[in-house]
Order: sequence, then C-alpha cells, then structure tokens
Amino acid sequence: MIHVGLTHFLVISIVLFALGLYAVITRKNAVMVLMGIELILNSANINFIAFSKFGNFGLQGQLIALFVIILAAAEAAVALAIVLNIYKTVANINVDEIDSLKD
Amino acid sequence: MTESALINIAVAILFLPLLGFAVTLLLGKKVKKIYLFEVFILFLGLAGAIAIAYTKLTSLSDAELVSEFTWINLGNTPLLGEIKINLGIMIDNIAALMMVVVMLISFLVHLFSIEYMRGDPRYNRYFAYLGLFTFSMSGIVLTHNILMMYIFWELVGVSSYLLIGFWFEKKSAADAGKKAFIVNRIGDVGMFLGILMLFTTYHTFTFDEIFAQISQGVLPFNSGFWMSVTGILIFCGAIGKSAQFPLHVWLPDAMEGPTPVSALIHAATMVAAGVYLVVRVFGIMTADALVFIATIGALSALIPATIALTQNDIKKVLAYSTISQLGYMIMSLGVGAFQFAFFHLITHAFFKAGLFLGSGSVIHAMHHEQDIRQMGGLRKKMPITYYTFLLFSLAISGIPLTSGFLSKDGILAGSFAFGTLTGNQFFAIVGFFVALLTAFYMFRMVIITFHGEPRNKEKYEHAHESKAVMTVPLIILAVLSIFIWYTPNPFNPDQGWILSKGINTHEQYIPEETRYDFLVPGEAAVVEGEETGSVMYSESYEEAMHSVHVPTMILSLLMAGLGILLAFVFYQWKKVNVDRLAEKYKPLYNFSLNKWYFDELYDKTAVSGTIGLSRFLGKFDSKVIDGIVNGSASVTKGFSTFIGKFDNIVVDGFVNFAAYLSGFVGLIFRRFQTGKVQTYLVFVLLSVVILLFIFNSF
Repeated sequence: MIHVGLTHFLVISIVLFALGLYAVITRKNAVMVLMGIELILNSANINFIAFSKFGNFGLQGQLIALFVIILAAAEAAVALAIVLNIYKTVANINVDEIDSLKD
Repeated sequence: MTESALINIAVAILFLPLLGFAVTLLLGKKVKKIYLFEVFILFLGLAGAIAIAYTKLTSLSDAELVSEFTWINLGNTPLLGEIKINLGIMIDNIAALMMVVVMLISFLVHLFSIEYMRGDPRYNRYFAYLGLFTFSMSGIVLTHNILMMYIFWELVGVSSYLLIGFWFEKKSAADAGKKAFIVNRIGDVGMFLGILMLFTTYHTFTFDEIFAQISQGVLPFNSGFWMSVTGILIFCGAIGKSAQFPLHVWLPDAMEGPTPVSALIHAATMVAAGVYLVVRVFGIMTADALVFIATIGALSALIPATIALTQNDIKKVLAYSTISQLGYMIMSLGVGAFQFAFFHLITHAFFKAGLFLGSGSVIHAMHHEQDIRQMGGLRKKMPITYYTFLLFSLAISGIPLTSGFLSKDGILAGSFAFGTLTGNQFFAIVGFFVALLTAFYMFRMVIITFHGEPRNKEKYEHAHESKAVMTVPLIILAVLSIFIWYTPNPFNPDQGWILSKGINTHEQYIPEETRYDFLVPGEAAVVEGEETGSVMYSESYEEAMHSVHVPTMILSLLMAGLGILLAFVFYQWKKVNVDRLAEKYKPLYNFSLNKWYFDELYDKTAVSGTIGLSRFLGKFDSKVIDGIVNGSASVTKGFSTFIGKFDNIVVDGFVNFAAYLSGFVGLIFRRFQTGKVQTYLVFVLLSVVILLFIFNSF
C-alpha cells in the first residue's frame, strides 16, 4: 500500500486550485464562477489541513480551515446576493456580457 | 503826444484791418452792408497813420521808436549763446510815410471798389480780402525785425493770390493767381536763405541789432564777399515781390484780378514792398550787391518799357509800366540814390494807383472792355476820368510841376552822378532811354483811349462818367500828384520837407572798404550831416549831384517831350502810318507784342523742365522706390511661405506624429481594457506567474 504523504495532499490541492481557477476564468455563468471560487477556497483548506497534519503547528491549520469554511459561507451569501442584484438590473448573469467596468 | 501813444496807435492801426477782415468774412453772408465796417476801419487806419506821420515828422526827433517783446526765448543755447527772438514794431520817418501811403491808397481803393464791384456775388468777401491785405502790408511796413517781415511778406503774397484769383470761375484768373504765387516763391527762397545767413551770423532777427553788430565789423564768414551774397539773397525777395527781371512775368498776368486790386496791390503798395525791403536793409548792401541790384533794376526798367509800346490791353500797358517804374526805383537804390528811390516809391504809388483807378473807371464805363482798340473819344464822355488820367500820365512821364518829375529827375540825376563818379554811364543811358519810352507809351494809350473818334459806337453810346464814389478817389490822387505837397520848388526837391525831413535817417553800416566810395562820408559831410541829419554821402557825391542837376533836368525834359511828341505824331495827327511801320519792322513788333517771349521761354525751360523732372521722379518713384518696396514685400512673402511650409510640415509633423503615436499606443492598450472581470483575472494570474519567475531568479 502506498504511503499517503504531504505531497499527495498538495497535488490534490493544486489540481483543485487549478480546476477552480479554470472555472472562475472560463465559466460564463456567474454562479459557476462562484462555484469555482469555492473550489479555490477548498484547495486552500486542504493545504492548511495537510500542513497541520504533517507539520508541528498543532491544531492551528484545522482551525483556520474551519474559519475559511465559515468565511466561504458568508462570502457565498454575499456573492449570491450581488448576483441576484445584477440579474435584477440587467436581466442576465452572464459575466461575458457584464462589461460596464470598461466605461 | 508821447512816443508810447504813437506806438499804441501804430499797433491799433496794424491790427484793425485784421479785425475788419475777420468780421467782414464771418458776417459777410448774413449782413449785406458789412463792407461799410471794413471801409470805416480803413478810415480809422488812415487817420491813425496821418497822426503818426505828422507827429513823428514835426515834433519828434529822427530817432526810431521801437517797441518789442520776446516771442521765443531759447535761453543759453550750446555753441550759439544767448538767443531770443523778439517781435516788435519800429516807427521811423520812412515807416511813418509809408504807412500814410498804404493807408491812404487802401482807403481810396476801398471807396472806389464800393461802386466798381457792385453786384458781385462775393462782394463782402472782396472787402474782407482787402482788409487782410492792408493788415499784411502794414505789418511789412511797421516791423522791426526781418523774421516778422518775412511772415507778413508771405501774407501779402497770400492776399495777392486770393485777390488775383478773385474771379476764380475764369480759368485765366485762377491760373494767374497760381502763377503769381509760385513765381513769388522762387524769389522768397532766396530771401529766406538770406535771412538764415543773417541769423546764423548774428543770432538775431532784429534790424537794429544786426546793424549794430555790422558796425562793429562782424560779417558773415568774416568776408565782404559773403556780406554781398547775403545782400543779394535778400534782394531776391524783392525781385519776386517787385516783379523785377527775370521774375517779372507774374505781374502782367495778375491784371486778371479786379482793377482796384491792381491799383492797390499790383501798382502802389505790395509790389513796392520789394523796394521798401531794400530800403530797410540798405545799410548792409555792399558795393558789389548794389551793382547787381542796379543791373537788375535797369533791365527791369528797360525790357517792360519796350513791351508796353505794343500792348493793346489798357491794364497790361499799365502793368508793364509798373514793372518799369519799379525797375527805376531798384536801379536808383543800386546806384546809391537811396532817398530818390523811396521818394519815387511814394509819388509813383499815388499816380500809378490813379492810373489804375482811372483805367478801372474806363473799364467800368465800357462794360468790362479792356482793349484800347475798342475805345477812343472817351474824353467827352468822361471828363473827370480823362483829366485826372492825363495828369497822372504827365506825372509818370516826368513833366514839371508834377510829383513824378521831381522823383524821376532825382533818380536820373543819381544815375548820372554815379556815372560821372565811377565812369559807368550804363544806368544813366538806360534811365534816359526809358524816360523816352515811358512818355511815348503812356501818351499812346491816352490818345487811343480818350482822343479821336470812337471805334466801337455801341459801347461808346453806353459809356458815361463814373459816380462820385469813383471819381473822388481819382481827384484826391490827382491832387497828390502835384509837386506842391512835396516841395515848394517845382524844379528842385532838395529843400522840400520830404527829402530834408522825411527820408534822411539812413546810413550804411558795412565796413567802408566794401561801400561805394561816395557812400563813405567825408569829414566835411559828417559835420554838415549833423545839421541836416544825413550822414550817408561823401562830399564828392554831393558835388556830382549838384553839377549834374541841370543837365539831367534838361535831358529828361527833352526825352519826355520827345516821347509825347512822337505819340502825338503817330496816333493823334497820324503823320506816320503805324500799321505800315509795324509791318515793316515785323520781327521787332512781334518781339515786343509777345513780351520778348518770356512766357514761352519759361514754359519751354522752367515749367516743362519742372514737369519733366516731376515725371522722371514719378517714374523713379513708381519703378525704383515701389520696386524696392515690392521687392522687399515679395522677399518677405517668400520667406513667410517657407516659414509657413516649415511650420505646416515639420512642426505640425512632430505634433501630429506625437498624437498619432499616442493614438497608436492607445489603440493597443485599449484591447486590455475589456471591462470583463475574468480577463482582468487572467492578467493578474499572468502577472503573478511572471513575478514568481522574477523572484525565483533572486
């Protein structure tokens, strides 16, 4: 049986981060973008926990991961509220078409 | 009467005619009778002038009365020292006499004009101009400095111009005015140069100060030669104003003016101003200058006298006669017979004014006909005019018992004495010959005009004697042409008041070696001079004058008698056919009739020369000067075009390039600004990656 070490965790974390980032960059739907952000946050959580397990930092990593989950929940609420408002304003949540920042 | 009172009267009668001029000119259109104001002012002027002359000659010494004020004070100028320009008036015996002549003739001419000019559309303006002239002429007479004299000199020129061209609708009158003015300018340039010579040498314009410095031996450039030049230059003014050869051509043309004007300005007063000027500055005339003056005078006496022989216009004859008589006066000054020149000026003023007014009376009666060939037989129709005219003609011919005899005889004696003293009898010969010519042409005119049968019956029928306002001036002038007013002895004026008292105050100031010998007073003459007041002549001159007196008188009488006799033979009794004589000597006759072709000569030379020069200068101006201007303009234009091109292409090119560059850069960078959050995120990622690479390498 293969010994599961820090590297494996980090690889999963990177893959997860890359997928999240890819979602954030390429998805057109704003909700999908938010889901990509969740993936990125979770890859970070994996990192924290992995370092907490394999390092001698005590439980700090686990705590920060919990903190990040709470933060993610709050962030999702706020972001979804924004998406709703955008929808109300432009009847669309397609980020490609929301380019009023250009003006 | 005190001396200051005399000065006050003189100032008053100087400026009154100016007031008359202004009032008459301004109110002339509103008030029809305003000319009477002008006439009244002249009456006051005449009264004042007589008062001054009487007081000055009877109860005051011969010394001059001077009143002056500083007009311009230049202060202490560098190089020249103290310079003040004073204006003022001076009354000496000569000025006092001259004022009476001017005012009297002016007054009589005013009276005469009332009738002569009646019905003229510019009646009042005519009187205003007469007032202006009288003011200017009085200024010339009364001035005590040569600057003021020059100013008034030009003013009489202006009033003469205005009056010659008074009927300016007639082209000939307008042209004559211009001619008079321009020809006078030529002489005045010389006079102006003379004044400048005096001022640069003496730093003053005042006669007395100049004379005082000359007496101390100060001469222009310290040489008698330049003193002569100065004298001749000043005399140039007299050549112009007194219509002397070679500038005499304006006076006959000036007869286009109204006849009373000719009497006042172009016979009696203004043209005599030249003589008066030389009288004033006689003290600075050297022997060389005087010979020049005498020569000019002799030529001016001779040439017009020959022209007058054949003229048919009554006023033209008188005009040439005036030039001839003025030439006499100038010649007399030139030969040193100073007092007779001024004496002749006075007597000539009266009888020549009378002749002109008489001719005016004739012209008025003949409805402005001036050709004597249209007249004849007027003696019966116009007795007063005829007899006064006859008397004036006797006076100008120099017949005893008239005033003209006295003064003309003096001039001839002076020329004769000059001849015996210097051996140069030219002036005496010319003088006697002109006396013959004068008598002849005057009586030719009298006979053709007044004697014989009327040639133009129609005009003759309408002719009538003029009104009293015209004949009274004639009678007054006729009375003044009789000897008794000047001297008790009709054959010798020496004892008369006018020579012993009136004209005796002048002397020469220049160094003795530059004078005529006989103008250097000898010892005896000085002693004698203190008694009589005359210190000018030497003993030998007095002797010469005395010895030639009787021969002169006989000769001049012979000449005048011969002239009158010839006139009667030719025109009254018609013993000689005049027309055939003229035919026989046709070249001579035409030469005289055409006035020696002076006008044509001047037209060909001076006038066309001036026009040619003007044309050349005009060409020069339009070709060369304009060429330079246009050339510089086109050079500037070319340069501007180049600068403009440079601006457009190079400078604007840089600016446009900078703009284009920023536009181009903007075009590139605009791509990055998509407004899409995801794009920005990609950039952030890229940046982070790049940064990672960069920090890794450290």
